[in-house]
Amino acid sequence: MSIWVGKETRLLVQGLTGREGTFHALACRDYGTKVVAGVTPGKGGTTHEGIPVFDTVEGAVRETGADASMIFVPPPFAADAIVEAADAGVKLIACITEGIPIDDMMRAKAFLDRRNASGKAVRLIGPNCPGIITPGECKIGIMPGRIHRPGSVGVISRSGTLTYEAVDQLTRLSLGQSTVIGIGGDPVNGTSFIDCLKAFKDDAQTEAIVLIGEIGGMAEEEAACWVMGNLKKPVVSFIAGQTAPPGRRMGHAGAIISGGSGTAAEKMKALEAGGISVVRSPADIGSKIREVLGR
Amino acid sequence: MKVHEYQAKSILARYGVSVPRGEVTDSPAQAREIAKRLGGRAVVKAQIHAGGRGKGGGVKLAQTPDEAHDLAKRILGMTLVTPQTGPAGKVVQKVLVEEALDIARELYLSITLDRSRGVPVVMASQAGGMEIEEVAAKDPGAIVRVGVDPALGMYPFQARQIAFALQLTGDSVRKGTALVQSLFRAYLETDASLAEINPLLLTKQGDVLALDAKMTFDDNALFRHPDIKEMRDLSEEDPLEVEASRFGLNYIKLDGNVGCMVNGAGLAMGTMDLVKLAGGAPANFLDVGGGANEEQVKNAFRIILSDKNVRAILINIFGGIMRCDIIAKGVVAAVREMGLSIPVVVRLEGTNVDQGKAILRESGLKITPADGLADAAKKVVEAVKGAA
Repeated sequence: MSIWVGKETRLLVQGLTGREGTFHALACRDYGTKVVAGVTPGKGGTTHEGIPVFDTVEGAVRETGADASMIFVPPPFAADAIVEAADAGVKLIACITEGIPIDDMMRAKAFLDRRNASGKAVRLIGPNCPGIITPGECKIGIMPGRIHRPGSVGVISRSGTLTYEAVDQLTRLSLGQSTVIGIGGDPVNGTSFIDCLKAFKDDAQTEAIVLIGEIGGMAEEEAACWVMGNLKKPVVSFIAGQTAPPGRRMGHAGAIISGGSGTAAEKMKALEAGGISVVRSPADIGSKIREVLGR
Repeated sequence: MKVHEYQAKSILARYGVSVPRGEVTDSPAQAREIAKRLGGRAVVKAQIHAGGRGKGGGVKLAQTPDEAHDLAKRILGMTLVTPQTGPAGKVVQKVLVEEALDIARELYLSITLDRSRGVPVVMASQAGGMEIEEVAAKDPGAIVRVGVDPALGMYPFQARQIAFALQLTGDSVRKGTALVQSLFRAYLETDASLAEINPLLLTKQGDVLALDAKMTFDDNALFRHPDIKEMRDLSEEDPLEVEASRFGLNYIKLDGNVGCMVNGAGLAMGTMDLVKLAGGAPANFLDVGGGANEEQVKNAFRIILSDKNVRAILINIFGGIMRCDIIAKGVVAAVREMGLSIPVVVRLEGTNVDQGKAILRESGLKITPADGLADAAKKVVEAVKGAA
């Protein structure tokens, strides 16, 4: 078991024929992901690196039965790509693109919310994220596949490279991962910490969870609140930005302490109050998981 | 991106938000002329990208055009220190000269993103002139919040909710409602991330105006607002940060002495935290990004070294997409070109790590390799202490 993606997942890639799209689609396929289609408007009917290309997501879904999408479309057009995928009935959309205007994301999110409310389930991972991987089964995104190994630790993170760091530590300690999800560094995103925690709670394979947060917003506080009343599985957390100055955007659009709120200290306090083991150093994530699992 | 008050007001006015009459200038003589046109009495306001200007002596009332001249002369060129500028302050290069109005009440109105819900939220309170965070801490019930569906836009009743919550009466209700709707349109159509009017003024005549205005814009949406992009004032930003942005590098200057070069924003913050935990202080945040080339790495190195406080450099790379050999080549090229008088600790992990390490080793340069995060932080902090 794992969450959301696995051996059966059939992936289409929006923006397949671009440089990044091609590079990462092939890396996903090499990892074992079933990459069944690409979408590039105007290039429908062609084949790219052995992958059939369609003009529309709707066409790709109809012809190939794709149920997941990975998006590499440039920022001005990425929200359109998200909505197109959702409209075509794609169940899981991982948007890698960084730099999407907030307004575009708000509208796309409103569209997804309406679809979900009408019973047509769709999940957006990201944007501005590395994607999602179930080690040994399915990789959708730009993370290096080789550092992962199958196992029982679920990982959720707002940061890309910090996730790789945590996964690498786990793997070196022989602690495999059930599913690793980068929820992205933007202020408006599709999947929250709580969405992931709920899924990991119901996943029999997942025994412990790593939650990597960063400054800005209230997502960690909300997660801490939910964990307190709902989750028995151990959670280990690191919050990046303990030394970040207020009012500055630290790389990610969402990583900003505004009006004195969204600090690492507040988040760490809330997480600890929720019964979560918070590590001060990102170098201690793996060893802390080993400790809470009693291995 | 931030803009000055006068720029924010010009944008808001375009959308129909009432603002006081006024003009911006960098000359005391012109300030006198502007005050004359406004009828004599005028307020002279320093234009810098920071709040709290009044407290720092950057906002003054002139009773006559001559006094406006004298005040402008005093304010222009002064280094204004406010709670938001930091101790170094900001040099004032422009003043806004505005008509003086008869104040009945000062209110607060803003629109920003509600991150939890992913929608714009209008906030209003009767405590104008106070920081909204202060109001939220002291009396959260005094703030009215109205979330707006970004797809549907703002309905008139939502604007009325705000107007009535601000206890406007009579004709002021209509004026206030119109102002809220105009502000919302400005917020949405300019891709603002904050539009704040503090204070929002109710005059004795019943008019509702933006006495002050602060707007920040979503950097990711500037491509569709070339007019707003042009309002960027580089003199308000750190020169090194401006330089870094020209090379697609994300650099933020801090107060410490350990220069950091990292790939990925999260890891870059995590690295700063590690340096602190190891007893050091980071000199900067620097994310070279996921796909940096040799040239960018070289420039990153140069920018870190231009900060004279830097006593040692920590390079921390976890190459997912980023290849370690490219980083290594960039570092070697940079050191060869610029010379190096301070210690450099390098931690490389990920794609092509062995080639990367070999390049550093064979370069013959004095570079200290590190194994893992904790070791890297420890070594760089030791290096700083050794160099001191």
